[in-house]
Amino acid sequence: MTKLAFERPIIQRINAGLPSKYGLPRHIEPLSHIEGVSIRELLSRYGSPLFILSESTIRRTYRDAHRAFSTRYPNVQFAWSYKTNYLNAVCRTFHQEGSWAEVVSGFEYDKAIANGVPPEYILFNGPDKTRDDLQKAIKNQSFIHIDHFDELYEIIALTKELNQKARVAIRVNMDTGIYPQWDRFGFNYENGEAWDALNRIMASTQLELVGLHTHIGTYMMSTEAYKTAAAKLAALAVGLERKHKHHIRYIDIGGGFASRNTLRGAYYPGTDTAPSFDDFAEAITSALMSSELKPETLPMLILETGRALIDDAGYLTGTVLANKRLADGRRATIIDAGVNLLFTSFWYDHDIRPVEATSEQTEDTTIYGPLCMNIDVIRGSILFPLLKKGDHFVIKRVGAYNNTQWLQFITLRPKVVMIDTQGQVHVVRKEEKLETINAQEVVPVHLDKIEW
Amino acid sequence: MKAQQLNEEIMKIKKNLAISDTGFVFDPSTGDSYTLNPVGLELIQLIKSGQDLPAITTHITGKYDVDAIAFERYYLDFIATLRQMHLIDDNA
Repeated sequence: MTKLAFERPIIQRINAGLPSKYGLPRHIEPLSHIEGVSIRELLSRYGSPLFILSESTIRRTYRDAHRAFSTRYPNVQFAWSYKTNYLNAVCRTFHQEGSWAEVVSGFEYDKAIANGVPPEYILFNGPDKTRDDLQKAIKNQSFIHIDHFDELYEIIALTKELNQKARVAIRVNMDTGIYPQWDRFGFNYENGEAWDALNRIMASTQLELVGLHTHIGTYMMSTEAYKTAAAKLAALAVGLERKHKHHIRYIDIGGGFASRNTLRGAYYPGTDTAPSFDDFAEAITSALMSSELKPETLPMLILETGRALIDDAGYLTGTVLANKRLADGRRATIIDAGVNLLFTSFWYDHDIRPVEATSEQTEDTTIYGPLCMNIDVIRGSILFPLLKKGDHFVIKRVGAYNNTQWLQFITLRPKVVMIDTQGQVHVVRKEEKLETINAQEVVPVHLDKIEW
Repeated sequence: MKAQQLNEEIMKIKKNLAISDTGFVFDPSTGDSYTLNPVGLELIQLIKSGQDLPAITTHITGKYDVDAIAFERYYLDFIATLRQMHLIDDNA
């Protein structure tokens, strides 16, 4: 006789007078397969925990974003934001779709070159470009987005040394009506600093001004702010045409589009509140089209959005290690993936689900990672099904920033696999081992011997 | 010996609790209400019927896909939760 599935016994106090603002508690649906591939089988084959990427989702999301902009504006180009996820398999998928590369360090620049990106399709952003980085970018004719005057003058000096022109843009920061205003990167629009930089560039015979760039914030929920940003960059471009008879080749509106993750403390879930690509595209392109930019010299529109393009394609799955009760009687569930792997759990109430089918029963649960550190909390409070030791979980929308900001802390980082468009599974990053970490260390000879 | 001690504790569950067949629990001494999941309800009913831990374990492991060691862990946790909710009458 087949035995019934065992669910751990629970009793919960009924709190009358405190109904959920969303009505009846929502059952958390299990997620057993990704792109038709069993998560349990992936865990059994590749180990737990495990990052899973869906190539189909990357391509589908990119095409949706590209369609939203290219149906509204004649000349659109995406540049993949390397810092959002620079696993080579991810970058190359975006490059195959037509994305250029947007990098913010020499390391990322070299990674893009190693991924086969032509150097003239690399946008080099960020406040930290070394002299060697700048030399390389000038020689390669990459687009250098200047962050500050010290960098501007260093580039002018280098172009003289190299006797080669540099292709440059400036990053502009501005008031778009959002708080906090990002003013630490680039030149300010309102106080005239951006114009000073543009005039200095136009006065140089060694610099070719190719574009204007801004990046107004991160996880932006307001499309109006992008409208303001696009209008201000268009005004600068029009000013350049009037004063210097110079047409820029592109306006780079940056990234920062919100993904569908839910910010911690948010009233409504991100799936309901995040603007669509069409919403962002409508705001940005309508501002450009209604500006004084001449139709015959409309600059290319570059988008560097990272988070909204990759978040949905990433999953983190793993295993329940233990259940316990906290001092106030609440349930605590410990899983084998912590903030070392899921850096974004500091920002989001991540969508975590059981892999196996569960009953309708839920318990107010705190979900902890495995680290022996108090900060290792994946969800502070969630009505979660009654998972037992050995059961599996999967966390959705982890594609952005986790594979770049994760920490080798206390334990080792696991494998990352990608499910291709045919349903085949590929390891795209191997798991770390003790040797991986120790290979970087050098022990002084006098510490060689230890006597016990 | 351990099982006997546990069973003695179990027998102290409040006798005036109203427990429905659907898992709704009412404590008339405090006015608080509770819900049990099906396994929790089954355990409460077995305890109230006077069964000791070995008998309960035999019943549950015969019916559900769980071994005796794993069940004891969840059983002890359940009893501790009942105590935290003051549903065990320590003065009985």
